[in-house]
Amino acid sequence: MVDKATIVVHSGDMDKIFSALIICNGALSMGMEASLYFTFWGLERLKKDGLEKGPLSKMNMGGLGKRMINSRMKQSNVASLERLIQDYKELGGKIIACEMTMEIMGVKKEDLRQELIDEYGAVGTYIREARDSKITLFI
Amino acid sequence: MVDENIKVDVKGETCPVPLVEARKALKKASPGDIVEIIGTHPASKKEIPMAVEALGLEIVDIQEKEGVWKIKIRR
Repeated sequence: MVDKATIVVHSGDMDKIFSALIICNGALSMGMEASLYFTFWGLERLKKDGLEKGPLSKMNMGGLGKRMINSRMKQSNVASLERLIQDYKELGGKIIACEMTMEIMGVKKEDLRQELIDEYGAVGTYIREARDSKITLFI
Repeated sequence: MVDENIKVDVKGETCPVPLVEARKALKKASPGDIVEIIGTHPASKKEIPMAVEALGLEIVDIQEKEGVWKIKIRR
């Protein structure tokens, strides 16, 4: 069986979405499989036009900190979240959306970027992915 | 069929793009093809060979000149 990385994306913070996507793109590039399970605030990032909308986890300062980091990232030529998620899908990464979060937050499938989502699931889906994973993280 | 020589230029790109672009190119290549990655990101010069090893493929050549490295991989 191929090694796998599974990450619970609980946070919707921009910097943490970067971490999750970079780690999983690295895993895919090194020949592993990858699954991202988007739940709670993380699910907000799968909404239409939502991917880049997260605040910074620290020193957001009403968006000022985020603007500073974004401009530093541009200077360092860091790939955008949109590019990272497109690469993730191209390399066969899987995206799971948490159904309970959809229910609690009143999110409908039509609100989400369904073209990115492979599966809608609950804790059992996460465990199914995580039990065969060499790497599992909660971000 | 003649084995192809595929070039991927990731000069100026940073983590994780060189690694990801290397993987994308290797996925598209046919067995026997040579994929050449050209970049400047220092960590990727070490990490692309790690990925190549994990994928069970072969490094043909690694060179570096004035901060620009070239890694040749046989698919």
